[in-house]
Amino acid sequence: MFNNHRKKLVFNIIGTALILGTLIVLGIFLSDESLISSFANKNLTPSWQHPFGTDWMGRDMLVRTIKGLRISLSVGFIGAFLGAGLATILGIIAGIGSNKVDEFIVWLVDLFMGLPHLIFIILISFMVGGGVKGVVLGVGLTHWPILTRLVRNEVRNIRHSEYIAISRNLGKSNFFIVRKHLLPHLLPQIIVGFLLLFPHAIIHEAAITFLGFGLSVQTPSIGLILSEAVKYISIGKWWLAVFPGLLLVIVIKSFDDIGEECRILANPFSANE
Amino acid sequence: MNKIHFMFCKLCRGITLLLGLSILTFTLMYNSPIDPITAYIGGDVSITLEQREALYEQWGLNQPPHVQYLHWLENIVQGDMGYSKIHRKPVSAIIGERFMASILLMGPAWVLSGCIGFFLGTLAAVKQGGWVDKMITWFAYLQASVPTFWLGLMLLIVFSVWLRWLPIGISVPIGVAAEEVTMADRLYHLILPLATLSIIGIANTTMHTREKMQEVLSSEYVLFAKTRGESTWQIVKNHGLRNSLLPVITLQFAYFGELFGGSVLAEQVFSYPGLGSTLTEAGLKSDMPLLMGIVLISAVFVFSGNMFGDIINILVNPRLQEE
Repeated sequence: MFNNHRKKLVFNIIGTALILGTLIVLGIFLSDESLISSFANKNLTPSWQHPFGTDWMGRDMLVRTIKGLRISLSVGFIGAFLGAGLATILGIIAGIGSNKVDEFIVWLVDLFMGLPHLIFIILISFMVGGGVKGVVLGVGLTHWPILTRLVRNEVRNIRHSEYIAISRNLGKSNFFIVRKHLLPHLLPQIIVGFLLLFPHAIIHEAAITFLGFGLSVQTPSIGLILSEAVKYISIGKWWLAVFPGLLLVIVIKSFDDIGEECRILANPFSANE
Repeated sequence: MNKIHFMFCKLCRGITLLLGLSILTFTLMYNSPIDPITAYIGGDVSITLEQREALYEQWGLNQPPHVQYLHWLENIVQGDMGYSKIHRKPVSAIIGERFMASILLMGPAWVLSGCIGFFLGTLAAVKQGGWVDKMITWFAYLQASVPTFWLGLMLLIVFSVWLRWLPIGISVPIGVAAEEVTMADRLYHLILPLATLSIIGIANTTMHTREKMQEVLSSEYVLFAKTRGESTWQIVKNHGLRNSLLPVITLQFAYFGELFGGSVLAEQVFSYPGLGSTLTEAGLKSDMPLLMGIVLISAVFVFSGNMFGDIINILVNPRLQEE
């Protein structure tokens, strides 16, 4: 059933997911012991004992980074989930709604694309008073337009197909048609859309936390670790910024790869390649 | 006639979008937990309750939201964007000042990333499937995963802290009066933010160019050109560039939004005093009029980018000329 090309993709996905899973599990189970400040160990350069070095309070940067990663991932997850959910609902409404409704939603999509993402997130998180709520809402409310357009076009394409017309003639409600016909058809696209939103959400979380609008010191995500590191860069503490950022890039790239690979897998035509 | 009509429609739609954005921005501002009066007077305790009331009355804050919105909009259309409390200057004056600095940063970055991206994309498409193509594609995908600010930090570590070739931040040298800052100083301090912003933009253009160019190269007219004996370079020059340049330019104009977002981060990392870092400052210090002003300017910026893209498309695209 699977040719070599697809088999390789599946293996890639499983491999990448395993690495990410390990990081998340580590983030949950690593003890907080090495996060207790000890000034004897402060500002150590990377070594075997502290692969990522230690910070100005003697905390192990590897442990901090892995713990921070978990926070970044959770915020990204909720944000992307919110975005994908909003996109699904609005996309379906635009797809099956009247022309007026459709036009309005397409206009909304254009409206939200009319402002740079980052600025929108700053604005939203500023208005709700920052913190986790601000970031999650900011990321969720700005990342739906592209997926909405995709879902809407897909629904428009299939809404006049025979099986839906028959269903309608049998007197089935809109809700039934959405649940039984549209959603199963759209699900792969929505999941892929969600997976591809995820890395964006993580990058934007890090970016606005870095600027100072996002998470606070109580929730040390990677964005926060990096923004703290800025003060120490000019005095030569390069490892504070290099390694946490590198791990963040690897994680984002992994999620992006998983999303891309799932997109190729979900496309039936790719089986012939 | 058709073209003018088309442009007119685009313009009308753009204006409704800008109006929509202004309503959205105003709604967010109106519902924010920050009281404009408290934010304005700050820690000044000498202000009595009566004075507060008077200020409240004077600013029209007791009127219904739609009246306030119309008033606000009227002022903005007339060029009055309010008064910034952190800079003690009219918002429009600050924006005018910082806008030039930002353009100085974004303009060259936009051109550079466009040219390099177009070149790399073309190269990748010509060498499709080869290691050059694989490397360029991998690089472009990797770049999409690199946060702008982290790239900036890395450049800072390498070129400013280790090699000491370039300054750590700020657009002018410290301890030099504003009038004595030379053009060379400015350029010297512009290099790193410019590099960050350009590198971040390359991936987008590369991938789009590659896709377009591949499309052209696999077309029948290119196959025909090959059978006529045209060399690869001739094919790229005669068919590839002509057919792929226009969509890429349109996309490059649509990139204005991302560019602005990127410049907010790059300016913050290098403390470059442009619109982006001013926006961050305004947000962090709750300077509402300034924040709103820059948000609206960024919307106009994105809108003009799309508009330029459309206009160029209409004027240059021979397929649209015939109608």
